Amino acid sequence: MKVSEQWLRDWVNPGVSSAELAAQLTMAGLEVDRVEPAAPPFEKVVVGRVIQLTQHPDADRLRVATVDIGQAEPLQIVCGAPNVAVGMCAPTAVIGAVLPGGLTIKKSKLRGVESQGMLCSAKELGLAESSDGLLPLPVDSRPGQSVRELLALDDAIIEIELTPNRGDCLGMEGIAREVAALNRCAFQPLAVSEVPATLDDRFPVTLTDSADCPRYVGRVIRDVNPAAETPLWMKERLRRAGIRSLGPLVDVTNYVMLELGQPMHAFDLGRLTGGIDVRRARPGDQLELLNGVVIEPDADTLLITDHHGPLALAGIMGGEISSCTDATRDVFLESAFFSPASIAGRARRYGLQTDSSYRFERGVDPQLQRRAAERATQLLIDMAGGQAGPIIEAVSLEQLPAEPAIRLRPGRLRKLLGMEIPATQVEDILRRLGMAVSIEMTHWLVVPPSRRFDITLEADLIEEVIRVYGYGRAPSNRPLTRLEMPPQPEGQVNLERFREALVQRGFQEVITYSFVDPVFQQRLDPERQPLALANPISADLAVMRTRLWPGLLKALIYNQKRQQSRIRLFEHGLNFIPEGGALRQEAYIGGVITGAALPEQWGIPARAADFFDLKADVEALLALTGELEAFTFVADAHPALHPGQCARIDRGGEPVGWLGTLHPQVARELDVEGDAFVFELQWAGVQSAWLPVFGELSRFPASRRDLAIVVDECVTVQAVQEVIRQHGSDLLREVWLFDVYRGRGIAEGKKSLAFGLNLQDFSRNLTDYMVEEAVSGILAGLAEQFGATLRI
Amino acid sequence: MDALPELLQTAQAAITGAGDLAALDQTRIHYLGKKGVLTERLKELGKLPPDERRQAGQGINEVKQALETALAARKMALEALALDVRLAGEAIDVTLPGRGQRPGGYHPVSRTLARIEALFARIGFTVAEGPEVEDDFRNFEALNIPPHHPARAMHDTFYFDAHTLLRTHTSPVQIRVMERQPPPVRVIAPGRVYRCDSDVTHSPMFHQVEGLLVDEEVSFADLKGVLDDFLRNFFERDLAVRFRPSYFPFTEPSAEVDIQCVICGGAGCRVCKHTGWLEVLGCGMVHPAVFEKVGIDSERYTGYAFGMGVERLTMLRYGVNDLRLFFDNDLRFLRQFQ
Repeated sequence: MKVSEQWLRDWVNPGVSSAELAAQLTMAGLEVDRVEPAAPPFEKVVVGRVIQLTQHPDADRLRVATVDIGQAEPLQIVCGAPNVAVGMCAPTAVIGAVLPGGLTIKKSKLRGVESQGMLCSAKELGLAESSDGLLPLPVDSRPGQSVRELLALDDAIIEIELTPNRGDCLGMEGIAREVAALNRCAFQPLAVSEVPATLDDRFPVTLTDSADCPRYVGRVIRDVNPAAETPLWMKERLRRAGIRSLGPLVDVTNYVMLELGQPMHAFDLGRLTGGIDVRRARPGDQLELLNGVVIEPDADTLLITDHHGPLALAGIMGGEISSCTDATRDVFLESAFFSPASIAGRARRYGLQTDSSYRFERGVDPQLQRRAAERATQLLIDMAGGQAGPIIEAVSLEQLPAEPAIRLRPGRLRKLLGMEIPATQVEDILRRLGMAVSIEMTHWLVVPPSRRFDITLEADLIEEVIRVYGYGRAPSNRPLTRLEMPPQPEGQVNLERFREALVQRGFQEVITYSFVDPVFQQRLDPERQPLALANPISADLAVMRTRLWPGLLKALIYNQKRQQSRIRLFEHGLNFIPEGGALRQEAYIGGVITGAALPEQWGIPARAADFFDLKADVEALLALTGELEAFTFVADAHPALHPGQCARIDRGGEPVGWLGTLHPQVARELDVEGDAFVFELQWAGVQSAWLPVFGELSRFPASRRDLAIVVDECVTVQAVQEVIRQHGSDLLREVWLFDVYRGRGIAEGKKSLAFGLNLQDFSRNLTDYMVEEAVSGILAGLAEQFGATLRI
Repeated sequence: MDALPELLQTAQAAITGAGDLAALDQTRIHYLGKKGVLTERLKELGKLPPDERRQAGQGINEVKQALETALAARKMALEALALDVRLAGEAIDVTLPGRGQRPGGYHPVSRTLARIEALFARIGFTVAEGPEVEDDFRNFEALNIPPHHPARAMHDTFYFDAHTLLRTHTSPVQIRVMERQPPPVRVIAPGRVYRCDSDVTHSPMFHQVEGLLVDEEVSFADLKGVLDDFLRNFFERDLAVRFRPSYFPFTEPSAEVDIQCVICGGAGCRVCKHTGWLEVLGCGMVHPAVFEKVGIDSERYTGYAFGMGVERLTMLRYGVNDLRLFFDNDLRFLRQFQ
């Protein structure tokens, strides 16, 4: 809402500066977005009357005007504007004038003819974006008068960003009332008197859907002069509110909307048939709107119709067929109350946000229609003549919004605000906001005015009181509270530890969009049908991720394209997995690495990262659960991963994640450079942790034996280790792999695995015999299971 | 044969003169070895008459002890010298960088989230979570935003179908918490939120932290207190903070919270649009209609709620000037927040 400060101060003029006024409004919840001058600075521009006009001798498009600027000698000014005419008054920049943008007017010659100034358009004065001729000033203006003074341009436009609850401030009267309340000064509503009917003409109005439109005021006005000019003051007020002047009929309706907040519409009476009916759309209804668009309104859309059919989208936009034209002399003026529920959302649906729908959605005062109609009639007749018929009012009183009496208890006010506000001030604030306040034994009974749709509860009244009293005057208390210790489950790892571990291991955290490119999604998880957005912001952010990999790889590629070659990224967040008609939204943690295993450095030969580098990272995470051994890496297949380098991670037989090399084909299709390795862990599957249980320490020395065996290539280390543990007797404390060897001395298709064994007893020193017995038991087991032989 | 005093003198000179451990050992053998000078003398003691033997023996032993002491001392000195020489040869360039992996870092938004969570955890707020694909009821209706409410126009919503959407704020977590837990409630809900809007100052995904406190005696003054404290601690500055009336359908009274511009200190700059103030938070007292939706007695209980944009706070805290940087995930950007 753009508010002319001048107009506002005509209504209520508190003794505060412009800046203070803006600050007051902001601090009362009417946030001032900006304050701008109504016109950019310019000087020495005066009213000039064209008293003579001759053709320029050497230019078809130019004419030479003789312009009276109230001085003894008129000026000679060369002018190219198409609308320049003898008798008109126009802004005249005299020699020495400075126009917006810094143009200084000098005496000059245009095609050989001297010009002693310039006749100006609205654009040249910075009053419009575009102009198609001189700005016509009233013909009775006094030549020589400053144009700034004539147009009262020394004004500020205060742009207020209104919250949706304050529909009552979408008119100047509402703003003026607020300002008066804030400054505790007197407020007078606009005095509107009845315009007596000079015609008998009525036009019948029926409210078929009266719940949507419980009040409709109409009026016939005949013999309006369509050629009448809108007065300059009104044009200026409209301009400052950001509305173009479009002739007296439209200007009057717009002006009353700005002034009182009542959107109005003027129909061409001659194009109406029978009578008005306000009803919801029916099948087959069709309407060509003022903007030329033809719509077939939905059944929940309210229409203004006549006996022929739809005339207008109620409260949103008029129709072409019944609109006023330059020749319209007889009009039917509409001033209606449409319930917010009947308008809300419709304008948006048809893509037609208008000043009218904006107001009706937020709520127009249901008591305002008659007053607005009278005001508009008066203005129109003053401007363009005409004869008015009687006010026609169709109303369904019981369907008008109720005006509830709300109880306000001083104790509740104190409790909610945590402060005391004197009763007299509470009453004063409410009354200044137009509320009827009666004092009962234990509370106030408050009836808000009909324009305040936002006030229905005690809490709403409390907000009004503190809003005007000042939020800044409420104390700022440190909370007093009962302390309650929340549970701290030790059987779960904190996600923080996982993230910290990854950071320590060189991973950079990223945050990627939860909606991803369907191409990436399909390549990386083709077996799942992702949840698709109905209204994605773009085609490459259209489906919800079912894995973290699409986003991680997008981020990887982004950085590869910026000369980063060694990249280690991780992310945690939800995956969205549709399953059997339901949606699982589950937390995952995942990562990707590519490039060198370590940052380039001295002392360690450079080497490309591979599967086992990432596996170490994953194992470091899993170890945080305290039971790494509960997890198994099972060779498996995943469509996004290298068929021979892909592990499913299980815990207790349940899959909880994946680790693998990105399939080279997928990498190529997605434009990933080089080998990339990815992992993903389902948070719920990995987060449970082992609660430590103390075990006795042995006082006896341990004995180490190394065991190098030869097995078939297909035998997994995990299987061998299981057999070693199984056959290792009670003495085996620890077993670890320390070498894998293929080549000289080992037959084709075989490999040598070297394990370290740690043996120890709790009750005695181990003898060589006891150790040998344990080791041969292990070897026998390995020979039996895998045909393993001792490497000589 | 030298007299013992001369022998001692010569031997001590030889010990002191031994330049290394090998020479020292030679000296030791020469005097104290199996066939050493002193050993030989001891052997010859037997040839002396018994009455002289004792005295002569004592004299030789005194010399022997003196030599042993001198040898040990010289050995220690030579060893220390040898160590010094070896260590001098083992000097390294301590400015060479350490070997191995180097740490990565957190995303700046995570950093801010952790900071916010830590501050509120200190005064007893626990973290609550909720789904990101949310139902219309909890995202809007239960928060007193019925269909077609003009406030919905401010939430450009991503939909899946008529009832399912991506949450546009973390406020539905309020509803979920109150549905499952009777008062007192004291939670914060950090998380991702989504709006169908993308330009220089809007990202289709961003982060919010919601806060909710419900108890028997909770007032607007308490809300002011907790947010005053939070903002000053978050920015580690004694900032001016102001509460300004605003509108959210799920709070009444509602407020926007502005801080004195952290860029210009309130003098006015491009970031604060020359107002000297920065809007950083929305908050208010829980609306009775919201309590009603979750079955909490609004006569007995009152509460406050607040919500803040994490990216905005991050930008102000670290001076980031472009929202889009957060989701480009450019390593050159992310590494600045290690």
